[in-house]
Amino acid sequence: MDTFLTILWTARYALLGGLAMTVFISALAVLAGSVIGVFVGLVLSYARGPLNWLVRMYVDFVRGTPVLVLILASFYILGSLGWKLDAFQAGILALAVFCSSHVGEIIRGALSAIPRGQTEAAKAVGLTFGQSFTYVLLPQAARIALPAWVNTAVEIVKASTLLSIIGVAELLLSTQEVIARSQMGLPFYFLAGFIYFLVNFAIERVGKLAEKRLAMGVR
Amino acid sequence: MGYTLNFAAVWRDIDLLWAGLGMGLLLALASILIGVAIGLVMAFVLTSRSPARPLAASYVSIFRNTPLLVLILFTYFAMPQLGIRLGKLESFIAALSLYAGAYLAEVFRGALSAVPPGLSEAGLAIGLTRSQIRLNIVIPVMLRTALPSLSSTFISLFKDTSLAAAIAVPELTYYARKINNESFRVIETWLIASIFYVATCVLLVSLLRLAEKRLAIPK
Repeated sequence: MDTFLTILWTARYALLGGLAMTVFISALAVLAGSVIGVFVGLVLSYARGPLNWLVRMYVDFVRGTPVLVLILASFYILGSLGWKLDAFQAGILALAVFCSSHVGEIIRGALSAIPRGQTEAAKAVGLTFGQSFTYVLLPQAARIALPAWVNTAVEIVKASTLLSIIGVAELLLSTQEVIARSQMGLPFYFLAGFIYFLVNFAIERVGKLAEKRLAMGVR
Repeated sequence: MGYTLNFAAVWRDIDLLWAGLGMGLLLALASILIGVAIGLVMAFVLTSRSPARPLAASYVSIFRNTPLLVLILFTYFAMPQLGIRLGKLESFIAALSLYAGAYLAEVFRGALSAVPPGLSEAGLAIGLTRSQIRLNIVIPVMLRTALPSLSSTFISLFKDTSLAAAIAVPELTYYARKINNESFRVIETWLIASIFYVATCVLLVSLLRLAEKRLAIPK
């Protein structure tokens, strides 16, 4: 136990840096993925013809491919095409793409759960499509989508560990480096698992709180 | 861009990809079978008043919120320090099954509450014991209710088998990486590998849909 604490103290900055990287990567991927995902959901819900098919194919292709394959493909392919992306950028790109396909489906589902009468009422009071979307549909869709969106955020935090495989120094890779030096796999893997659990547990709790706050008044 | 596609290197090793695909399906199948057993037991504990309930709840919460890669590395690299030495395949299946079990516990808990209480009462009335009722009435009905979630869990478990590459289990992603590193036909390798995954997922989805229709509880 003593040696563990000594090593932990020596490695504290490496591990905290890894944690910060994990949080940063996840936040960026969720943010970018959600912005793209809202557009994906809009296209899936309202566009007709080739644009709809293209986006549908994008979503199905991404959802049918394991995240690890997305990450490896993004890492190797972009480099060979001459895009100078480092592992960090390629990894975030892959996670954002993964996130966008999930958020897209969530938004599509949420929009289809809003009664048609809402759109018709908005049209009847003279709102344009843009206005009725921003003021009527989006707030309701956001509430419906919130629980699934929180789950996606947890999935992204978990998927961010896969970036360790392409060499991004997030929490798991920092932990593995400490383990390689100290030969103490058991306590340090345990610690990493515990920290991930705490981060995701916190996200879940905040999500539940937000859900309660935003719960629709009339039921 | 000056990149000409050349699939020769990938075709030459296509047998490896088929073997990897088979391995992935095998791992997913083993994990879902064990996961269903764990999930069923956990669902009954979670809905009971047994003192083991908080234990089951923490199991579900911990395994849902810890990254799968950390679980895999922990079982393979850290468990031996506790005296539990498993092979690559066994430790991967153990990690994936426990992960699946946590997700399925929630699924089954929902399905369990959807089983009409009248069914158990009818069982009692014709003189069946508690365990007979569970085995012959409740479990078959809840499995059928849970079928759609069960199939989507199976699909995501199949995609999760890609993480076995991290401990060098020879599955699809492992071989894709090998071909990538040996041939440098980067785009071709990852394109074919993703097509393998996507096609398998599409095939699985349609097969499972068929099974769902066949086994659905008549309305």
